[in-house]
Amino acid sequence: MAKIVTDVVCPFCGTLCDDLEVALSDDGEEILEVYNACTIGATKFLHSQAKDRVTRPQMKQEDGSWKEVTYDEAVEYTANLLVDAKKPLMYGWSSTSCTAQGTGSEIGEIVGACMDNTATVCHGSTLIAVQDVGVPSATLGEIANRADRVVFWGCNPAHAHPRHMSRYSIFPRGFFTGKGSKSRKMFVVDPRNTDTAKMADVHLQLEQGHDYELLSAIRVALRGEALPDFVAGIPKEQIYETAETLRSGRFTVIFFGMGVTHSLGKNHNIDIAIAVTRDLNDYTKAAIVPMRGHYNVTGSGQVWGWQFGFPFCLDLTRGFARYNPGDSSSNDLLIRDEVDAVFVLGSDPGAHFPVGSVKKIAQLPSVCIDPHITPTSAVSKLHVPVAFVGVEVGGCAYRMDNVPIETRKVVEPPEGMLTDEEFLQKVLTRVRELKGAA
Amino acid sequence: MAAIQINLISGRTIQQGVSMENGKEKLAYRDACGILELDDAEFKRLGCFKNTNVRVSSEFGSVVVKAIGATQGPHPGLGWIPMGPWANAVVNPNTYSTGMPTFKGTPVTVDVAEDEVVLDAIALITEECL
Repeated sequence: MAKIVTDVVCPFCGTLCDDLEVALSDDGEEILEVYNACTIGATKFLHSQAKDRVTRPQMKQEDGSWKEVTYDEAVEYTANLLVDAKKPLMYGWSSTSCTAQGTGSEIGEIVGACMDNTATVCHGSTLIAVQDVGVPSATLGEIANRADRVVFWGCNPAHAHPRHMSRYSIFPRGFFTGKGSKSRKMFVVDPRNTDTAKMADVHLQLEQGHDYELLSAIRVALRGEALPDFVAGIPKEQIYETAETLRSGRFTVIFFGMGVTHSLGKNHNIDIAIAVTRDLNDYTKAAIVPMRGHYNVTGSGQVWGWQFGFPFCLDLTRGFARYNPGDSSSNDLLIRDEVDAVFVLGSDPGAHFPVGSVKKIAQLPSVCIDPHITPTSAVSKLHVPVAFVGVEVGGCAYRMDNVPIETRKVVEPPEGMLTDEEFLQKVLTRVRELKGAA
Repeated sequence: MAAIQINLISGRTIQQGVSMENGKEKLAYRDACGILELDDAEFKRLGCFKNTNVRVSSEFGSVVVKAIGATQGPHPGLGWIPMGPWANAVVNPNTYSTGMPTFKGTPVTVDVAEDEVVLDAIALITEECL
């Protein structure tokens, strides 16, 4: 009979579902089934058991082939790479625990690195906007219990956060939302007729990239002022109706995603989305929450917030933290040839950066710490596989609403494999030796 | 067969997420992300059937993907490539001093490339970068 591990936390997206159950083989070594998870989360658990998984570090040879090396050799290469570089880029940090992020920061501080997390291609615009104008926010628990007007703006949780709607935002019966989805009005703002939009009470299919105009129009409508016949392709009647519905609710929440942060306007789109939320608070209770992607990208911003005062785009080259997105951000640094080594942990810029940035990574001394084979590992000089956080080792992660949750270890990693934290500790020790630091 | 101009956006799909977690070196990842979703009207303008390989080009690069019918449409004038190395071969890398590349809203040209193959992620990134 299978052994069931309960209350497992899913280490895929920022929803951090904490109700998974994992069935293990009798000896507790093999994952047989994953219950309650979405298909992506279940795949993550099951893929950790893949027979073709890389379990030892590999160094790229001159002819392009890979040669297996020991973890000690990998630590030596990584430490030397960081110490020898004048301005290394240490990127990623979103698919690992807060403890590992803290250890990485210590290394970054000693070697004078530029440190950035995946927010730089995700919700970095959001962080800039929040610093500019503040944010009226709420936890997902409050939203499940209270929100009767739910807006998904430029996000598609049916695909990107598959259990978000069923656990927190649309379907759950909360204390004040006893009829579940029937208690709520659901709005989707998206240029595509997405699977989320198909479920909505109202779909505003705006012209791509015109988020700022439509948000501005909602502010105008909330003030009862005149609008042109169409804004962003949406008829003014629908905008007035939307503003009225949002205003008349008891609790309105705006969830927003990459459609807002990636389109031109970027942080300004979010500035005005926050302004709409603030306006709604003149009439009712309203909050705005970014749909964070990686399961601990929020934690990375939190850890760096405690340590350095800034959530991403850290420049530690002068021995103290400087922060200037556009200058100290990964893609800008790479495109401008301003870094001379690249260290990647807990993300995959090879797949998710514009190709011009990836070309620069390929030209530099580079190390990729990742359980998977990825486009980043393919262009790096050294690939160090590590245990899966949330599957093979526990650790703290922050949910998209900034609630910290302790992930659980379910199975042992393959024999002899290090965790992120163990690998970073070894690199930190060696970096201290090379630098002559205590 | 004509070339058409469309506005390109990218983002997550559930197939992209599953295939990503199952191994980006596998062909399933290419099949999930090495695609371009177009509306029927765009196929008529392009003069080809669905499931034809096409070349997507912008001022920032070009890539061969398979053109398929829009699964979450209609979205006239828009093309959709799930996030991944195929989309990133053509997106606008400019951050305009925000740190954030302009992943959405890239003007692209699409033309039929029946005889060209859609590379897997590792082959694509290796060809582009090494």
